[in-house]
Amino acid sequence: MGIRFILMVNKQGQTRLAQYYEWLTLEERRALEGEIVRKCLARNEQQCSFVEHRNYKIVYRRYASLFFLVGVDNDENELAILEFIHLLVETMDRHFGNVCELDIMFHLEKAHFMLEEMVMNGSIIETSKANILTPIQLMDKAS
Amino acid sequence: MNPFSSGTRLRDMIRAIRACKTAAEERAVVRKECAAIRAAINENDQDYRHRNLAKLMFIHMLGYPTHFGQMECLKLIASPGFPEKRIGYLGLMLLLDERQEVLMLVTNSLKQDLNHSNQYIVGLALCALGNICSAEMARDLAPEVERLLQFRDPNIRKKAALCSIRIIKKVPDLAENFINPAASLLKEKHHGVLITGVQLCTDLCKVSSEALEYFRKKCTDGLVKTLRDIANSPYAPEYDIAGITDPFLHIRLLRLLRVLGQGDADASDSMNDILAQVATKTESNKNAGNAILYECVETIMSIEDNGGLRVLAINILGRFLSNRDNNIRYVALNMLTKAMTVEAQAVQRHRATILECVKDSDASIRKRALELVYLLVNETNVKPLTKELIDYLEVSDQDFKGDLTAKICSIVERFSPEKIWYIDQMLKVLSEAGNFVKDDVWHALIVVISNASDLHGYTVRALYRALQTSTEQETLVRVAVWCIGEYGDMLVNNVGMLDIEDPITVTESDAVDAVEVAIKRHTSDLTTKSMALIALLKLSSRFPSCSERIREIIVQNKGSLVLELQQRSIEFNSILQKHQNIRSALVERMPVLDEATFSGRRAGSLPAAASTSTGTPHKLPNGIAKPAAAPIADLLDLSSDDAPAPSSSGADFLQDLLGVDLSPASAPAGTSQPPKAGTDVLLDLLSIGTSPPAQSSSSMSDILSSSQDNKAPLANLNGLTSLSSLSPTATSPMMDLLDGFGPSPQKHEENGPTYPSVVAYESSSLRMTFNFSKQPGNPQTTLIQATFTNLSPNAYNDFLFQAAVPKFLQLHLDPASSNTLPASGNGSITQNLKVTNSQHGKKSLVMRIRIAYKMNNKDVLEEGQVNNFPRDL
Repeated sequence: MGIRFILMVNKQGQTRLAQYYEWLTLEERRALEGEIVRKCLARNEQQCSFVEHRNYKIVYRRYASLFFLVGVDNDENELAILEFIHLLVETMDRHFGNVCELDIMFHLEKAHFMLEEMVMNGSIIETSKANILTPIQLMDKAS
Repeated sequence: MNPFSSGTRLRDMIRAIRACKTAAEERAVVRKECAAIRAAINENDQDYRHRNLAKLMFIHMLGYPTHFGQMECLKLIASPGFPEKRIGYLGLMLLLDERQEVLMLVTNSLKQDLNHSNQYIVGLALCALGNICSAEMARDLAPEVERLLQFRDPNIRKKAALCSIRIIKKVPDLAENFINPAASLLKEKHHGVLITGVQLCTDLCKVSSEALEYFRKKCTDGLVKTLRDIANSPYAPEYDIAGITDPFLHIRLLRLLRVLGQGDADASDSMNDILAQVATKTESNKNAGNAILYECVETIMSIEDNGGLRVLAINILGRFLSNRDNNIRYVALNMLTKAMTVEAQAVQRHRATILECVKDSDASIRKRALELVYLLVNETNVKPLTKELIDYLEVSDQDFKGDLTAKICSIVERFSPEKIWYIDQMLKVLSEAGNFVKDDVWHALIVVISNASDLHGYTVRALYRALQTSTEQETLVRVAVWCIGEYGDMLVNNVGMLDIEDPITVTESDAVDAVEVAIKRHTSDLTTKSMALIALLKLSSRFPSCSERIREIIVQNKGSLVLELQQRSIEFNSILQKHQNIRSALVERMPVLDEATFSGRRAGSLPAAASTSTGTPHKLPNGIAKPAAAPIADLLDLSSDDAPAPSSSGADFLQDLLGVDLSPASAPAGTSQPPKAGTDVLLDLLSIGTSPPAQSSSSMSDILSSSQDNKAPLANLNGLTSLSSLSPTATSPMMDLLDGFGPSPQKHEENGPTYPSVVAYESSSLRMTFNFSKQPGNPQTTLIQATFTNLSPNAYNDFLFQAAVPKFLQLHLDPASSNTLPASGNGSITQNLKVTNSQHGKKSLVMRIRIAYKMNNKDVLEEGQVNNFPRDL
């Protein structure tokens, strides 16, 4: 499966996007998000981008005020996930133009559509930004 | 338009939520919005369905329940337009899961959309199916997905491939249908199709060995070629990351090669060249390159051995380990941990660097490094590694100390070359981080100390010193207090001085001071204080000069609000005041604790075996010891009520002895066993010696020093409590006791309901059998006919049989048939007993017996315990 969930959290710890690839109840999600956010946001720049949590790992990366947190299985390549986060941000940048927290908040469904084109069932589908964005641009044109 | 359904725009709702200052405000806004959305749903509002679902997704993300919107998703999915379907599918994936029955309703829509003429709608359906499909849906829709694997548009093929992964995971039986289509995906050029195809093949290999064989034979060479093409490909702007074309594809390919190469020399051989090329040519100054190197190393380590490649891989890890980037160091440690199983020697070379990582400021790195160090330890390097770790313990973060302490203790226990080293290291750990030491660890330490008789003096002095400097470590205090109690005399007199020790002058009063500090310390918990009280009691006998002072300290706790302490101090005080004659026997040094028993018990709950194994497996309790344990358990159970009848005094006394004397032992065994009898009970019991009731005239000293006959179970116990020769057999029953045997020993089970006669007591000189009968209509009362037979060649005169029973029983003795017992079984004495069991059905009979007679004009006294009564008397 690889990726278990993708979270975007601002530096106050508020969730801005949450996509889970395994089912968790609402309570479990809230608890999990709280725990992870507390763990990751407390870390400083020099520390590594990987945090072990329960029986999996969190790979996280900070872009300005937004944290991208990806929960992965233990045998996943952490460096690759780090690169994936960057790809995700670049893709969003290309679409929104220097993406920020508000873009994601106000265009939550679009952010999800992009994610849908990149990851499915916890696996990476597509790594070309153009291929990822084509369906979204088509839809924008149509509406 | 309905004022509720009109609602706010999505944007306005988000603004309103953002503007909330408190969680309560946010809840209020969300509640209002949810109400509006529900109203709209009830009215079947078409116009705002799309917007409402978008709102619900936002609300869901914030962590509020949104189940009422699930049906809306289905309605949107069923609508013809693309935008509606788009948001409907997104809602489906976010708000629903495969466990909900609603999902079944969507199967039909999905089937239609999978066959839709618009490829984007097909893509939506595939995506939804791939994210949430259940086993039933997988079965229903697998043919559609299979077909779509050959769809003309690559964007559909790639989604179909990932969808197939979900399907074969849900229904592994379907795997064989996907083997051929998956293999053909590997020949594609489109990166999206390739990366998903590779993942599909990897997952197929996991669920089907048939698939693994097939891909190994047919696809290994093709995959090697694909990887080579990608690695050598010229600049491709769309897929380029830091000068590398599609590192994600690299990684997926390496991963599949790993699966194919594992356990297959031929396949491994065919990929050697490309792995060597990737390992040497990949740029390592950017994250993307390192990600590939990392994956490549893992593949090299997993496939069949090729010496040259492994050296290359370990070197890469060595480079990673010395990298300044913490991410790289983290993955290096991670990979070295995996490499330990195949290349332990090579990993050992990096020991020094790894050890440095344990001290890193980054918790993730520390944790990985510690795990790795734990694996690196072996008999040869245990001493320096432990020293490093213990040194670091002093300066480590509080939140890391727990992990670190546990690992150090485990290392010390597993690899300790000698006891003195073990004790030394454990004392250091206790002094530094005693509060993080788990109970079983310090229990094990006490067991080891107790077994190292030549180190008793050394240990108690070392602990005394440690106690002077670090008083805040609970477990250190406990172990120290226990040792001072047991070996206080050695502390004061410098007994068993080792060459390496500095002489130390400790007066008796200093030793008592140390324990007093422990008992008065505010942070001491109940266990520590109880242990300190026992230590004081023991010291009172070891240091007669301090006896009065010790009594004062004990008396101070008489008013303790904690019942346990209050009780102990009152009990101990009365021992000190009234029973000087038995005190020294009561507070004898603990018998050596059986290491094998302890570690066996511990192994039940803990994988790592405790103690420095001395390699002498003690025999488990033997035939004599076993029955000894059971009656005590019996008696502990029976007579724990309030003031017992004097007739059961022997038993109660024993119980109290156990309460007093065994408590320190019970603590290490992990079961704290507070003395159960009330204080006045103890006083009663302790004073029975002065006014003995007729039936059990045994005085205490009698009990303590009574018969040397080993066959009498009680004698064993007496031997135990007043033990001067530390025999291993005596320790075993004690350990058993702590296990809390069931109230009735197994022997009972042999007896059927007909109450066969039993041999209630037998010694070398005398046998007593019991025959049972019941009066009809009175099940509580049992008539017992006791028959005594003389097994010696001498006749017995003045024969007198006495019996005592616990409170819940009533005993009536008829006169004996005679008071002379002829020699060598040429006759017998019979005597009738009537026992009434007030707890009939709940408790079994139990009886203490005492037989006095004259043989050749010498008084003989035999005592015993009858515990093999049929169960339901």
